[in-house]
Amino acid sequence: MLSAKLFKLRGGVHPEGRKNLSAERHIRTLPLPQKLFVPLQQHIGAPASPVVNVGDKVLKGQLIAVAQGAVSSSIHAPTSGVIVALGDHVAPHPSGLPVPTITLQSDGAENWIACETIADPFALTPEDIAARVGAAGIVGLGGATFPSALKLNLSRSSGVQTLIMNGGECEPYLTCDDRIMRERAAEIVEGIRLIAYAVAAQEILVGIEDNKPEAIAAMQAASVDTPVKVVAMPSMYPMGSEKQIIQVLTGKEVPAGGRPADIGVLVHNVATAYAVQQAIRFGKPLLSRLVTLSGGAIKTPCNVEALIGTPVEELIAFADGYAQPAARMVLGGPMMGQQFTNTNVPVVKGTSGVLALTASEIGQAEPSPCIRCSTCIRACPVGLMPVEMVSRIRASDLAAAVDFGLKDCIACGSCSYVCPAHIPLVHYFNYAKGDLAAQERTKLKQEATKKLADARNERIARIERERAEAAARRKAAREAKAAKAAAEKAAEEVA
Amino acid sequence: MSEYLLLLLGTALVNNVVLVKFLGLCPFMGVSKKMDGALGMSMATTFVLTLATAATWMLEHWLLMPLGIQYLRILAFILTIAAVVQFTEMVIRKTSPGLYQVLGIYLPLITTNCAVLGIALLNVQEKNSFMHSLLYGFGSALGFSLVMLLFTGLRVRLALAQVPPAFSGAPIGFVVAGLLALSFMGFAGLA
Amino acid sequence: MLLSAIVSLTLLGTILGLLLGLAARYLKVEGNPLVAELEQLLPGSQCGQCGFPGCIGAAQALAEGSVSVTLCPPGGRAVAQLLAAKLGIEADLSGVADNVPRIAEIKEEICIGCTRCFKVCPTDAIMGAAQQIHVVFREACTACGKCEEVCPTESVKLQPIPATLQSWYWNKPTGALA
Repeated sequence: MLSAKLFKLRGGVHPEGRKNLSAERHIRTLPLPQKLFVPLQQHIGAPASPVVNVGDKVLKGQLIAVAQGAVSSSIHAPTSGVIVALGDHVAPHPSGLPVPTITLQSDGAENWIACETIADPFALTPEDIAARVGAAGIVGLGGATFPSALKLNLSRSSGVQTLIMNGGECEPYLTCDDRIMRERAAEIVEGIRLIAYAVAAQEILVGIEDNKPEAIAAMQAASVDTPVKVVAMPSMYPMGSEKQIIQVLTGKEVPAGGRPADIGVLVHNVATAYAVQQAIRFGKPLLSRLVTLSGGAIKTPCNVEALIGTPVEELIAFADGYAQPAARMVLGGPMMGQQFTNTNVPVVKGTSGVLALTASEIGQAEPSPCIRCSTCIRACPVGLMPVEMVSRIRASDLAAAVDFGLKDCIACGSCSYVCPAHIPLVHYFNYAKGDLAAQERTKLKQEATKKLADARNERIARIERERAEAAARRKAAREAKAAKAAAEKAAEEVA
Repeated sequence: MSEYLLLLLGTALVNNVVLVKFLGLCPFMGVSKKMDGALGMSMATTFVLTLATAATWMLEHWLLMPLGIQYLRILAFILTIAAVVQFTEMVIRKTSPGLYQVLGIYLPLITTNCAVLGIALLNVQEKNSFMHSLLYGFGSALGFSLVMLLFTGLRVRLALAQVPPAFSGAPIGFVVAGLLALSFMGFAGLA
Repeated sequence: MLLSAIVSLTLLGTILGLLLGLAARYLKVEGNPLVAELEQLLPGSQCGQCGFPGCIGAAQALAEGSVSVTLCPPGGRAVAQLLAAKLGIEADLSGVADNVPRIAEIKEEICIGCTRCFKVCPTDAIMGAAQQIHVVFREACTACGKCEEVCPTESVKLQPIPATLQSWYWNKPTGALA
């Protein structure tokens, strides 16, 4: 099974793993926090709309915010308690902006709502499975947080042959997927089979980096006598990126601007499979996730199962606090994670790790001039030319950067990592993508307002015209009346 | 035939109008920031230059020489060239509004483009025949277009480079133009 | 000799003039299709902030090249770039970039419900009725400022649009090196 044919990946880097900090730590459950801050937007798409009011008592697993529109996801109460606020709370986002959040005061009782347990989930129809996954509020737990049900439906309708389960976890420090595969392999395999059944996939591949031998062994043991095939992949960053894992395992490349479904592939994270299994088998919505607490500034790095909405500071306290002052706090992995400063931010569905990094770990240095060494070109897993894109972005020629493939950049950070001049290449790309999106929004708004202005002008013209017509009618009526009166008068005189 | 080819090659490369004779530097520096503009300018200049050499040859040989009033040459040439440029402007405006917008203020500038007058005067000086004059004009225009496009390519790259503030903009442009001129001296070996 | 010089040059001038006159007649361009295309790019709210009576006036001036492409404050940088691309010119957008996108906001405490603002709004972005507090539809407001001018209580003010998670993005790295 391990000798499956692998394909070569273009580019990529080999950052120091530093996974040994937390890899041997068993999953522990975080004690119940007093207050939980559950943001309404924890997924790609439209924010969920709250269905509870301040003062409502909720049970654990009760729906508190419902999905809005086509791309969205529902949110459930992580524990039982009272809704104490519907308002803004700092977002787990580098901007630190406040976002609409439901604040839940836990009552400590952990009273579950009634859950439907299904003995034979394979008796359900694929549509039913997707619907249950959607109702459980499951999103991609690898970090992209795309609503999973939508992905299942899209894949089923476009006919997917290959299901790839992503156990790459190529980001340094992170070990939560490693641990969940070691400790919950049986549940994951059942979840994988459920997903494969829901999309009618013929081939099921689980890609795991070869720096996690225990996870590979556990998954292999659990997948004996199933169609699930575990494949060891070379450890390399960004092996756990969707497009890259497809390329390594199938040799197919997702077309620029396309989706994996375009080439008949569906990729899910292994942690998502666990959530799917829990949702289908036990009717449990997504209420918690595994989070790796690590970094040189954390006293006891570990893997915890934390409820959605738990403030990050409670996690850090659980890991015995700081060993030394953290130079930078990151949510997610060090390569693609989000920097944050306020430790009151909550854990959300996409939070795979909380890292407190020391100054030496960041290795930040002042950027120096580009020497056009092209190391970034060799490191880019997408085959772009970061050096060319950056020089154009710096000269504010974003259109030229797009011509060089800016839209295909996956912001993996490989180029920034290898740059000998310490140029923040990905920062430039993120800025450029944001600026282009802002321009696009402005353009859309302008088109909309132009329509409004035209409609208004037309309406004013119509009102004017109608008024003129009405005036003309009145005048005609008056004249007719006068003429009639004159005629009558004349008739009277004649008479 | 080979004589014509040599003439064309000689005017385009060895005696390049911009980098060896240093004529027509105004559009060379002015319109070389963007490829589109440079291409339009090159095409317009090629058109005007070829037409103007033909017109001025006829003027010289059929009017000025018979009447013995060659001392009015510059005056008469300017008049004719201005008319030809005006005509070109109208044609472009009619046929290609996009190109007209791109060339904008540069089209009337061709009137005062010293390359056009210079080539016409050189033709007289060298007592070229009509066919030779025409090729001389066309070859010079080709040379102009070649260096124009080369230089624009360089300047487009230059816009992305980090030039020390004192040199950024026109100064580094002139430095590059000088280097380009030096390299064109190498074609002298062809002669 | 002198006579022949005078006569020949006069004749030359006259003939060339005549030829150009004829060419002008035959190659005449009917109107300028560019104006219509430029007007399409402009916001079309006829707000008059550019100094022209409406967007068509601005489009004409742009086509003549007598004004900068950065003339349209509600359009901002996006429109300036579109115009520059259409006209094939390089625009100095540095002045526009500083212009933070703004939006009209009504202070409800001092709004007296006079209905003046929503009567002048070119995009119907203000809703309200007499003696009732008016509200602004954020999506439709172009920040043209007409409402600000007519408000008798200074209740309408243009405010910078607050950043949201959807609109926020990383700013351009400073440190000029790259």
